[in-house]
Amino acid sequence: MDAIKRYFRSPAAVAGLILLLIVIAMAISAGLLYPRDPLALAGRPLIWPFSNPRFLLGTDNSGRDIAAQIFYGARISLLIGGLATAIAILIGILVGAFAGYYGGTIDNILMRITEAFQTLPNFVLLLVLVAVFGSTLTTVTIAVGVVSWPAPARLTRAEFLSLRNREFVQAGRTLGMRDIQLILGEILPNALPPVIVYASVVMAVAILLESALAFLRLSDPNVASWGNLIGLGRDVLRVQWYVSAIPGIAILVTVLAVSLVGQGLNDALNPRLKGR
Amino acid sequence: MRILSLAGRRLAASIPTLILILIGVFLLLQFAPGDTVDALMAQMGGGDAATARELRHFYGLDLSIPVRLADYLWHLVRLDLGFSSIYGKPVATVILERLPPTILLMTASLSFAFFFGLLFGVIAARGVNKWPDTLISTLGLIFYATPSFWFGLMAIVVFSIYLQWLPAGGFEDIGTVRSGIWRIVDIAKHLVLPSLTLGLIFLAIYLRIMRASMLEVLNLDYVRTARAKGLDETGVIVRHVLRNALLPMVTLIGLQAGTMLGGSVVVESVFSLPGLGRLAYESVVQRDLNTLLGIVFVSALLVIAVNFIVDLVYARLDPRIAVDG
Repeated sequence: MDAIKRYFRSPAAVAGLILLLIVIAMAISAGLLYPRDPLALAGRPLIWPFSNPRFLLGTDNSGRDIAAQIFYGARISLLIGGLATAIAILIGILVGAFAGYYGGTIDNILMRITEAFQTLPNFVLLLVLVAVFGSTLTTVTIAVGVVSWPAPARLTRAEFLSLRNREFVQAGRTLGMRDIQLILGEILPNALPPVIVYASVVMAVAILLESALAFLRLSDPNVASWGNLIGLGRDVLRVQWYVSAIPGIAILVTVLAVSLVGQGLNDALNPRLKGR
Repeated sequence: MRILSLAGRRLAASIPTLILILIGVFLLLQFAPGDTVDALMAQMGGGDAATARELRHFYGLDLSIPVRLADYLWHLVRLDLGFSSIYGKPVATVILERLPPTILLMTASLSFAFFFGLLFGVIAARGVNKWPDTLISTLGLIFYATPSFWFGLMAIVVFSIYLQWLPAGGFEDIGTVRSGIWRIVDIAKHLVLPSLTLGLIFLAIYLRIMRASMLEVLNLDYVRTARAKGLDETGVIVRHVLRNALLPMVTLIGLQAGTMLGGSVVVESVFSLPGLGRLAYESVVQRDLNTLLGIVFVSALLVIAVNFIVDLVYARLDPRIAVDG
């Protein structure tokens, strides 16, 4: 397990992992530390952070505990980020695998569709999807996943193109294995590592996309999400800027953690490419 | 001429993509709850079913989907994007009015990100693994993780509310009528914060790519030759390395034109700029689906245009590309 050793030799990767674990711990402990509904009124509105021991991070414009919303927001960000990434990677692998394996017309058609998705700005497509399907937690998660698959698809396709005529695949073909067996059983496991590493980029972008959507009040308003809180804080930005500032730092730290872990994995799995 | 024909061929290849996008989004919007007539009736304060039927007939909404799709595409060929009932104007007019701020914003933040990305990338690559490199790479990682809308809000707090150096939003001062150079200065002042906000993430990406591509090119044989013939380090970088190291950066502009346009939706909302992005947001909130579809078309067009320009620049930077094509 040289890769694991290499991972822990990089201070940035270890720092990223620690930050990510902290965010995950926040998400898990939210219910324990703050058993009450984070969106329920808790005290006087607009209490400054560190001025009242009951509300360590203060309260927002309507008197809801900011700390509770930060903890519950970690759940939402990780949930949406994780699920949307899973959706994007799944679609990407499917499209990329078929396009790369079969080539020809199938490749042409699939790549045209991929290109169409890449030509349309992903946030604009996200707006269209939200306008059509509404903004509940489920639809937003699926929408973020649906706008994020083209890059993993291209990556998978490139891997398949370089692997499909290797000797081990030809050997499988002579053994009479079916296409689907070759794709899933032989090529995919070899094509997977770079795609998995790329998932960290997709997840970072997905978290940012969801928070931007929530900031514009186009995401689910009934859950405590960091983007929602920043959007709310905008109304009191002039004096109580902390309402927006605190959740923004939470987003920054989470996205930073995910990117650092991805970068660390990349360097650990492809030691020759280190430093790129 | 070869360059033009190559780029032209790529341009022609993007027409099917454009049509695919339009058909896809048009069909998607058919699932939207509530159409323009519903929005209109809500604006009028309600009305009976007969009026709604009449309005639907007037806007051609009672026809079958394929007929309307064909109708829409046929109008599009004549550059007619339909009518926005919310704004009471043709969609093309509404979009054209909103286009200049967005194009200004995108150009400004792209220049900012490109210039400083290049500069920082070169500095980092020259002192690789020393403290300037560590500092720049760390800053790059943090900028990459910063949500643009949050950075924009914090910039407003610092520069508009506390320091009062720059305006907090809007495209120009509407209180005073300015003309000529003062109007330009005024608009430029309004665009400083939005451009920084939008450009930040691209700055982070560009400096990372520039650093990597510098490191790669610096190790090539021809660079050693340049050094061997006695050129000083600055000369080597400016005259020999930059041109080749720039290629990935230029590719990236084309790839990220869409991301930048998407980012302007958020940034324009933060700074209440009357641009295309804000129009996209408003048309979602107001259910102005005709305008939304028009914006989809225009933003795809913009992305294709940027890629066309990138192709031209690319061929100019690397003549081999034009010869191969």
